[in-house]
This record gives sequence, C-alpha cells and structure tokens, in this order.
Amino acid sequence: MAEYSALSLLKNALTGNRDWKPAWRKPEPKPSYDVIIIGGGGHGLATAYYLAKEHGITNVAVLEKGWLGSGNIGRNTTIVRSNYLLPESVRFYDFSVKLWENLSHELNYNVMFSQRGILNLAHSPSQADDYIRRGNAMCHGGGDGVWLTPAEIARKVPGVDLSRSARFPVIGGLLQPRAGTARHDAVAWGYARAADRRGVDILENCEVTGFLRDGEKIAGVVTTRGEIRAKKVAVAVAGSTSRLMGMAGIDRFPIESHVLQAFVSEAIKPFVDCVVTFGGGHLYMSQSDKGGLVFGGDLDGYNSYAQRGNLPLVEEVMGEMVAMFPAVARLRLLRSWGGIMDMSMDGSPIITGGPLPGMYLNCGWCYGGFKATPASGFSFAWTIAKDEPHAVNAPFTLSRFERGAVIDEKGQGPTPKLH
Amino acid sequence: MLIPCPHCGPRDVSEFSYQGDATRTRPDPASTDMKAWHDYVYNRPNPAGPHREYWQHAGGCRVHLLLTRDTLTHEVQAVAFARAGLNEGAGKP
Repeated sequence: MAEYSALSLLKNALTGNRDWKPAWRKPEPKPSYDVIIIGGGGHGLATAYYLAKEHGITNVAVLEKGWLGSGNIGRNTTIVRSNYLLPESVRFYDFSVKLWENLSHELNYNVMFSQRGILNLAHSPSQADDYIRRGNAMCHGGGDGVWLTPAEIARKVPGVDLSRSARFPVIGGLLQPRAGTARHDAVAWGYARAADRRGVDILENCEVTGFLRDGEKIAGVVTTRGEIRAKKVAVAVAGSTSRLMGMAGIDRFPIESHVLQAFVSEAIKPFVDCVVTFGGGHLYMSQSDKGGLVFGGDLDGYNSYAQRGNLPLVEEVMGEMVAMFPAVARLRLLRSWGGIMDMSMDGSPIITGGPLPGMYLNCGWCYGGFKATPASGFSFAWTIAKDEPHAVNAPFTLSRFERGAVIDEKGQGPTPKLH
Repeated sequence: MLIPCPHCGPRDVSEFSYQGDATRTRPDPASTDMKAWHDYVYNRPNPAGPHREYWQHAGGCRVHLLLTRDTLTHEVQAVAFARAGLNEGAGKP
C-alpha cells in the first residue's frame, strides 16, 4: 500500500518513480458481501469507510461503473460550506464541516481542506436582509456567520467591483469564515485508500445492470462482472438515481437529472483568497492552489443525462464573472465540463433506508453534494448498520414529500431546480 | 442545441424556456386523493433517453411546444404544438 512521506518521495525520486505501490487493491468480486454500496464516488466511498471504522462492518464492496472518481466527485467546484437557513440543513452541513476539519488527519491523506471562507455578495436591501437572517440562523445553530460592509469586502477581496456604477452594486456580504475548499480527487482517493485498508473491496468497471430479489427483498445485484449477493444493498449514485430505481421497478421518483457546467481559467497569480458568490445572478468562484479560477453557475435548466451542457449558460456565467470581477475579462478559459445532478423536489437530499426491503438510499444532492461527503457517508453508514437514521439525517427521508415535511431552503415550492 | 420551432424554423435554445415533463396529468381539482396529488406534484419518470417535455418559444413566436428530446444526447426527435388542435393541418417544421 502506498505510504507518502518526505522520505518515500525522495526514495522514489531516486529510483525514477517506478516503484510506487497502488493506493488500493483491485480485487475480484466475491460471490457475496454483508453490504454492497453502488456508486464509487465520494459518498459511496465515505460510506464504506465509516461502515468499517465506526461499525466494524468490513465485508463490504463498493461498485463503480467507471473508474474511481470519474463522476461528480471529480467534477465539482470543491466548495465546502454550511451557510444554510433551516435548522435541519444547518445541523447536517455544520456536522459535515466539523468532519472536514479533521479529515486529512483521520484519513492520513492530505485532502487540502482550506478554511478560506465563503463570501455571499448582496446587491439589494432585501437580499441583504435575507442574508443577515441566514447568518443569524447559522450562528443560532452553532455555526459562524459575519456580515461584511463594502469597505470590509474591499479589504478582503480587492478584485470585486464595488463601484456604484456596477450593474448590480454590492451593498454588503455574508461571510462564513469556516467554509472553504478541498482537493476533490484527494477526498475520493483518501476515502478509497482508508476503506481498502480496513478490508473493503473497491470494484471498478463494475456496472450494475439489475437487482437480485429474494421475494420482495433486494438480495444483491447483477453487474457487468457477474452476480453479487448481499444482505444489504446501498445506493449512492446521485445523477443516476432514477435509472437505478427503474431497475428495481420504481419508475417514478421525486428526482430529475439535470446538467451543471463548471469552468476553470488559465492559472494566474494569487487573486482571491476566499470563495466568492455573486448574488446578482448565480455564480460561485474560488482560486485553486494551481492558480486557476474555478467557477460555476446555474443549471442549464432542462433534463439531461449528457455530461455536457450548452453555450447559452456558458455566456451567462462568463457575464456574471466579469460583472463581479472586471479584471478577469481577458482571462482565457482553460476547460469546461458538465456533471449530472440529482435534483430533488425541495433542494435537499434523501438519506434513508428503503424504499424497498434490503435497500438503502442516498440521493437528491442537487448541486451541493461535495461539501456533504463526510456527513453523508457517516450518517448513511449509521443508517445501514443500525437500520435507523442518525440524528443528522433523520429529517432527510423519502416520505417527507408525501407528508408535506419538505426541507425547502428557498421556500419556493416543488421544483427540481433548487440547491 | 437547436430547437426546430414549427413557426420559426431551427432556433437557438436560448430563445426558449423550459416548461418540464409533459407526461404528468393533473388530478381532478376536486380530488382529495393525496397519493395522486403527491405523484403529480413530486414524482417524475426522469428517463435516460427519449423525454416528452414542454418548451415555450418565449424569445420568438411565444408558442408552446411539445418536444421529444433524448436526454442522453440532447437530440430533438420530434416537435409539435403543445395544444393538440394546432397540429392538424400544420406544415412540417
């Protein structure tokens, strides 16, 4: 197994980097496991890790249809935050931030979690009132929120257009100092290595094509690498949840799949040292350690399973970027890409047992799944091991839509475009 | 992505606004069947493949359209007016 230290770096440099060991094994599938987790993204890998570590369940397989980290864990804009309004969300996401704070140490893998803060710019008095209310809710829930005046924003983020002639003049901003960014690939690799070391089998290129049943109960899966049986089958495939549910015979579900694009610019010198969001439209950006500006905006807005979007949204996002930071107008775009979002009908996720006997479900992350990775894995593992939800995920049921107990941060009513 | 409007011909997607899944049917407004209302308000088939959906040519002739579009490729496979009566005798897009 790969160990990283100054000494190993030096030793491998001297031998031409030919002797590095893989970070996780590539085992053959066993005929059966205690738990199968479908989806080798951040949430599935984190779930496997916490199953092994917190509950001693190590006879576990994580099934990934492509290669590890090829889905949304490698496609997001790496933002970690818990600046939410509703108590259920504040509790869940703040728990996640606390797990993030110790994650590199826990996994012995540098996930480069940097608490550089997130600043939400406000552009109208009503938006400012809304943000201040949210900041108060964050503080009330045990988190951190600070209101910044334009003068304070000018000192913190000199690049922001604070002139009164701006199309959407900035009148203040809500800062969450404990928020930040993390290295998304390292999160997948770190959880994968840590889970593998505790005995979890990570099966890549193993696509689920159907479910095995024992009467009503889900008893395993049919995959491109053969049939695998399990006592418990957990689904963590955000983006493809409806497809998996369809294989299990559930053809209607409170999810729509939408495409979200993200962008990175060419690398520049240090320009902005926190995450900044634009309230005049919808845009979030930060600067990576390599120097590129990493940013994204809204969904394209139509159902899609294609991992690519269209140009009108690109134009909109670039327009917002230049409205916020005029200095970047002549930067070149290095790359853009798309990922498929599991858009739930109230903008909040689902982490629950069911909907079929023997099945456990983790989905509906909209476009905020990355920051939730540790808490999602922790609470999903709890739910699988104990057959009851942890306190932090108890409100995030599937039945909440029938009971009218939706967790709708925006107070906007049922639409698959919230986050 | 181009959408072939029956009135205006192929136009850029930015001229259109998306109105969502066209397969949902609203229960009778007098119905108190909570299961049916829940299904109508929240549940979607969300297929990976051909999807029947409403669009409006909001930045053009403002007509409402019923498209069949492949969600895996974004290819528009069929287009018709959303109001079925308008399709009778309409020319090909």
